[in-house]
Amino acid sequence: MSQPKRDGIGNILLVAVSVCLVCSILVSGAAVALKPVQKANRVLDQKKNVLIAAGVLAEGATEDAAGRGVEALFADFETRVVDLRTGRYAEDVDAQGFDQLRTAADPSRSTALATGEDPATIKRLEHYGLVYLKRDESGAIETAVLPIRGYGLWGTLYGYLALDSDLETVAGIGFYQHQETPGLGGEVENPRWKAQWAGVSLFGDDGAPAVALVKGKAPEGSDARSHQVDALSGATMTSRGVQNLVNFWVGERGYGTWLENMRGGRV
Amino acid sequence: MASSKEVLFNPILDNNPIALQVLGICSALAVTVSMANTLVMCAAVTAVTAFSSLFISMLRNHMPSSIRIIVQMTIIASLVIVVDQLLQAYAFAISKTLSVFVGLIITNCIVLGRAEGFAMQNPPGLSFLDGIGNGLGYSALLVTVALIREPLGAGTLMGYEILPTVNNGGWYVPNGLMLLAPSAFFIIGLLIWALRSWKREQVESADFEIADNIQYREAL
Repeated sequence: MSQPKRDGIGNILLVAVSVCLVCSILVSGAAVALKPVQKANRVLDQKKNVLIAAGVLAEGATEDAAGRGVEALFADFETRVVDLRTGRYAEDVDAQGFDQLRTAADPSRSTALATGEDPATIKRLEHYGLVYLKRDESGAIETAVLPIRGYGLWGTLYGYLALDSDLETVAGIGFYQHQETPGLGGEVENPRWKAQWAGVSLFGDDGAPAVALVKGKAPEGSDARSHQVDALSGATMTSRGVQNLVNFWVGERGYGTWLENMRGGRV
Repeated sequence: MASSKEVLFNPILDNNPIALQVLGICSALAVTVSMANTLVMCAAVTAVTAFSSLFISMLRNHMPSSIRIIVQMTIIASLVIVVDQLLQAYAFAISKTLSVFVGLIITNCIVLGRAEGFAMQNPPGLSFLDGIGNGLGYSALLVTVALIREPLGAGTLMGYEILPTVNNGGWYVPNGLMLLAPSAFFIIGLLIWALRSWKREQVESADFEIADNIQYREAL
């Protein structure tokens, strides 16, 4: 092909248009064809995170000891939407497909938090929150899993907090997304650190959330110790963030009212 | 014309895109904290380089020189998006941590460098091999860096514990620097030094000679 023809205006337009056309078909084809798989992945990943926090599934595993997969294990959990303002189930909101983070960004379904009310630094609090409930044979709650989030050092930590049947004691915790420093604040992922959370009592004598991440726990058997977890070494800000966000979400602005209603049998 | 064997294997040691051409450093710093991420990133870069070189070489005789960089970028960007979509569909856990860097393959100088420097002058088959070769050269260096960073930084390799860390009740105090990007700079620098001491011909000749200080006042 001769040089002038290749650089002619007609050829420039032809090549530009046809390359764009072919590439856009390729890109949109891939996006559309793979969308169902990607969506399924995201849903599965969320279920997995709930199961890991509840302690039913080991980190990185795809099935439990009995060989039951994520879907089968998650079938034991009932997903409900709680109205965080009243502490009652929001019957008019469909739990299927409810996106709590999107709700938090929607001005009509969330409230902006003032600085003093926002220890977890989440800026907007949604009116509705998800809970995942696992019931035993008699129908009583065995485990309740609550989504939690809050600011650490570098960014927001997203995770789940699992509560025991009394809804006052932690069963487990897990963060599935965070930007903390690897090796320091990033140790929120450390299974040995997370294991300490089991059995931590959430509320003090006055009923207010009292979880504390401390350096050097109170003596064995003391009342203070039941609320304490070892802080992460070298990660003061992350530890403070985790303490604040746990207390915030089990507090009155978070799931506190609902937890109280549940314990009092008023739901 | 170079033989296909040379085109495929030369970039690994003799003409390494990172060590000799010093391209694609950004992603080399970012992803080498963990071996699993590194391997996926290497596969993605190799695939993108190979296929972009192939397509660009196929179009080389029709590509108007005035818009050739834009056309090349369009092809590269499309391939990167496809790779990213595939990762999100079939390697979801890894794509969550790598997605940002996969998007940045578009700006990886290796890809555009090979397109402009090789694929525009060579036939498709050879360009494809050149893309794979350069991907392998990139991979060889990244894997070496990850092999140093992950064990020293986290005590693990591919997620398996090899140096039991203090936090897990072992003896090894992890080197936090290894988890941060600057450590890759040091490691890559040392590797380039080692490679150039072994293969002398890679040492670049000085661009200019610095004149001696003739009098101390010059410094003032």
